Amino acid sequence: MAEISADDVLHVARLARLRLSDDEVGRMSEQLSTILGHVEALGGLDLENVPPTAHALALTHVTRPDRTRPSWSRDEVLAEAPQPQDGAFRVPPTA
Amino acid sequence: MSGVEVLGLTAERCIELLDGRDVSCRELAEAYLDRIDRVDGDLHCFLRTRRESALAEADALDRDGRSGLQGVPVALKDILSTRGEETTAGSRILEGHRPLFDAGAVTRLREAGTVVIGKTNMDEFAMGSSTENSAYGVTHNPWDPARVPGGSSGGSSAAVAAGLAPIAYGTDTGGSIRQPAALCGVVGMKPTYGAVSRHGLIAFASSLDQIGPFALTVRDCALALAAVAGHDRCDSTSVPLPEPVRVPDAEDLRGVTIGVPEALLAQGVEPGVRESFDAALRLAEGMGATLREVELPHAGYGLPAYYIIAPAEASSNLARFDGVRYGLRVEEARDTVIDMYERTRAAGFGAEVKRRIMLGTYALSSGYYEAYYGTAQRVRTLIRRDFDNAFAGVDLIATPTSPTVAFEIGERANDPWAMYASDVLTVPVNLAGLPGISIPSGLAGGLPVGFQLIGPAFAENRILDAAHALERAIGFDPVPPRLGGSA
Repeated sequence: MAEISADDVLHVARLARLRLSDDEVGRMSEQLSTILGHVEALGGLDLENVPPTAHALALTHVTRPDRTRPSWSRDEVLAEAPQPQDGAFRVPPTA
Repeated sequence: MSGVEVLGLTAERCIELLDGRDVSCRELAEAYLDRIDRVDGDLHCFLRTRRESALAEADALDRDGRSGLQGVPVALKDILSTRGEETTAGSRILEGHRPLFDAGAVTRLREAGTVVIGKTNMDEFAMGSSTENSAYGVTHNPWDPARVPGGSSGGSSAAVAAGLAPIAYGTDTGGSIRQPAALCGVVGMKPTYGAVSRHGLIAFASSLDQIGPFALTVRDCALALAAVAGHDRCDSTSVPLPEPVRVPDAEDLRGVTIGVPEALLAQGVEPGVRESFDAALRLAEGMGATLREVELPHAGYGLPAYYIIAPAEASSNLARFDGVRYGLRVEEARDTVIDMYERTRAAGFGAEVKRRIMLGTYALSSGYYEAYYGTAQRVRTLIRRDFDNAFAGVDLIATPTSPTVAFEIGERANDPWAMYASDVLTVPVNLAGLPGISIPSGLAGGLPVGFQLIGPAFAENRILDAAHALERAIGFDPVPPRLGGSA
């Protein structure tokens, strides 16, 4: 039975860039353990020589000539940004 | 009020009325919009309507002349991007978001001249089976407002059932078109993976997501699918269909062999659902179909495999919501960029979305990747092979769409796995990339039951033909009795 501890939850939340409340950490630990418990059913299958499937269709790569085409104007794109500044996306300092 | 009664009105009948000039495009759009104003306060199928734009588009068609689908009102799940018009995916994090472009399917619908009347409610980022996970409130089932409409495309399915749109579009990642169609007593189709462009569909799980239609009849469903199917250069996984989608006219099922995966149905299908399913199978047999038991030995593992693969893809896709380029941003003084990301995502995502991001991130994290994600991808191969083997001996496979009828609002809200179990008969189809339809097979306890027909890749026409013939034999009345007559 998978046991996802509060420490595991906090580690994964950090990887996922999610800030969780204490309540959420407790609930997540319980619910993820339950869900992963159901997933353990897969462990009973013999998958030794079975290749993985990432995509249902057998697709081949599509290529096109690398030519410039009209794009959106900077103003249009920045109009959707929560905090544009000087024609750019503003972000807080990285540290 | 305009004279046209839209409750129970099919898209084909809309086209007849428009062709015969019995009604103008404006009158038709107005009739639906007026009905939404009257009844959607209670149901909450729509997140917003676009009365002025829709009527202006209808007026232009009335002025310039129309044909085909032109002037037929349609509703769109709010996960399909509409240029300059709010598109939220049911999430707080995209409140007020106005995409810079139309989704590929939306472009096709505009080219076809359909009139988009509004955007429908949904589980946040299409994660859910009840539409209770919307950040903007629940949608009620038109058959019983105390019950869910299914999900995640519950706003679209309920809108068609309630006579608020003759055609609505949704998306299906693990059953999100077929299950709500079943629970609302309408037709819903998930086409083959690649049949409809995903460009501008806000991504949940990219290897599984597909756009498809809801309608009152299988023929309407075919019309609606034909309008959006085909290759789009903006989605390199979209492909041209080997043959165009035809509006079906089959009158019987002679020569059609239908497989029934008995072992898969042995677990968890409610007795009332099973009875309705069996009755539909007997009708199919009476119309000339041959029934045969088939084995899908790994389909029962679809649910756990899906609930690793879909969250894994979601955790990656939803990394883009970071408060920088569009959508919500929550920032406090002296925050680093990481603080801002974490605050924004904590405030912007609901509980189910957080749960799936966590599950997917865990399954992809160092030390667990092979055990969870790798294993699930191998199981996906086994499920695909099961279908390949089964379709060597049968033309179509039938199952109930959902193991239960519509459940009560709140009933499964605190038990994620019970909610996920709604998808047990639909997720294997997405994992294998196959087309499937849900048509109503009757009622159990006064609530609609869905009958699912699954076909091999790109066998849309085969499915539509059989579903049309069966629908005629079943003779289901899709108008909920409590809405019957004029509302």
